[in-house]
Amino acid sequence: MRHLSPRAAISGIGELTPQRRTEDVATMDMLMRVSAEAIADAGLAPSEVDGLLVGPQVGETPQHVPAAVAEYFGMQPTMANMVDLGGASGPGMIWRAAAAIAAGQCETVLCVLGNHRNPVAPRSPNRNPAREFDTPFGASGANTSYALLMQAHMARYGCKPEDYAALAAGSRANAQFNPAAIFHGAPASVDDVLASPMIASPLHLFEIVMPVAGGEAVIVTTAERAAKGPHRSVHLLGAGEKVTHRAVSQAPDLTSGPLKPSIARALGQAGMDVAQVDFLSFYDCYTIMLAATIEDAGLCAPGKFGQWLRDNGGMGSDARQPINTHGGQLGFGQPDLAGGMTHVVEAVRQIRGDTPGRQIAGCNTALVTGNGATMSEAVALVLGGAS
Amino acid sequence: MNDLAQLKVPGPIYEPLNAHFWQGAADGVLKIQNCVDCGAYVFYPRPICPHCWADALTWVRASGAATLKSFSVIHKPGHPGWAPVAPYVVGLVELAEGPTMLSHILTNARTPTVGATLAFAPTDIGGRVLPCFTLSEEINQ
Repeated sequence: MRHLSPRAAISGIGELTPQRRTEDVATMDMLMRVSAEAIADAGLAPSEVDGLLVGPQVGETPQHVPAAVAEYFGMQPTMANMVDLGGASGPGMIWRAAAAIAAGQCETVLCVLGNHRNPVAPRSPNRNPAREFDTPFGASGANTSYALLMQAHMARYGCKPEDYAALAAGSRANAQFNPAAIFHGAPASVDDVLASPMIASPLHLFEIVMPVAGGEAVIVTTAERAAKGPHRSVHLLGAGEKVTHRAVSQAPDLTSGPLKPSIARALGQAGMDVAQVDFLSFYDCYTIMLAATIEDAGLCAPGKFGQWLRDNGGMGSDARQPINTHGGQLGFGQPDLAGGMTHVVEAVRQIRGDTPGRQIAGCNTALVTGNGATMSEAVALVLGGAS
Repeated sequence: MNDLAQLKVPGPIYEPLNAHFWQGAADGVLKIQNCVDCGAYVFYPRPICPHCWADALTWVRASGAATLKSFSVIHKPGHPGWAPVAPYVVGLVELAEGPTMLSHILTNARTPTVGATLAFAPTDIGGRVLPCFTLSEEINQ
């Protein structure tokens, strides 16, 4: 497989502290604040940003989203687009930014996602096969979809509820080392997870992400420009993406998803084996998603994630291969579509050596995953620090 | 009439392409599409075959025999209208013809298992008869 030369790098990051509720906040305001933070972190002026990647804004700006955001920000980018891959949107932005830079269309790309949690959330009319053929039977929302995936995984491999609960407990444990995490100060043991209310069997409440308001922004630029910035450059070494379906009933496989080929492609481009990766920054909307990703990454055989986690020494920064040191979305909270980008931001922090209290010793590489819809939209990235 | 029939929940969205499916269920028949060119059975309804892209789909009566690929007991429904009948069961139903659809599973107070045999059971949900399934009477492992 062809190796990517490190032509693009991440030079700036921004993050809003998650909040359970907001009042009268506009999404655009949050996007602008977090973008300003990322641009400043990169040591750049806003006028030096010439590329813009944004996410969908349900119920707010149905069309012309990049132009609306650019206008609001006072930018006139030479590359602007919307990435609509659910939880994979953030990582999906990173390689698209690198590709646009490699194509010579721009030099510095702002990738930004964010959402409010005002009391009255706008709902856009939703007309798609999942609405048409799932909702009438009593199946609405992601909880049902991931419960169906988890039940199939348990039935096929005989994994125990405690195995999945250990992933939620590990995420909560990691959140105790991140003051920004929504569950900082609220650890949960495996027993606590299993004692939390059953929402959609076999998923317990604590195995499901907490929705929060928040925002994440990342600056991707040329390796040369990043090298002149104030931080250690974080290069994009490999990327992979695959989209297989939308509604869970149409999933080609219930226990393995499109992250499997995406991760293989990303590692192949980076010329790395998964065992060599220092930090695993894996999308975790539900415990089953994290379990399936550990298996799809090839860290263990299918159905063996529970034993692998025990052998790994848990998920913390002192584990053999630490996972989701920011708490994951299970511990940090899920700021809607920005949730996927938290895994990029934490990977950049770890590689910079900028995570006091949870720093992984000698962290030079990270495997980042994003996942959208019903384990159906997948993006994997391999990031590596400049030597 | 049953509790399901009394629910105030979102129903099907009717349009010309899917009318055979929903009307068939209302008539007590499970209807899906079949491609005359490649032979594949298709769910959900499409204008042309998603397997071979031939403009050759016809509506056929499915056997109604099916297997439960996965299921969930819904304790906290995603739509509040379903709360009066919670907990209830939804499942992924693999039709004998091949395609998988999501449906409401009538358990008759039995515990479902992955791999269980299902039978077609058109059922009134919210005043509309929908293509639901029931755990068949055989012992399921």
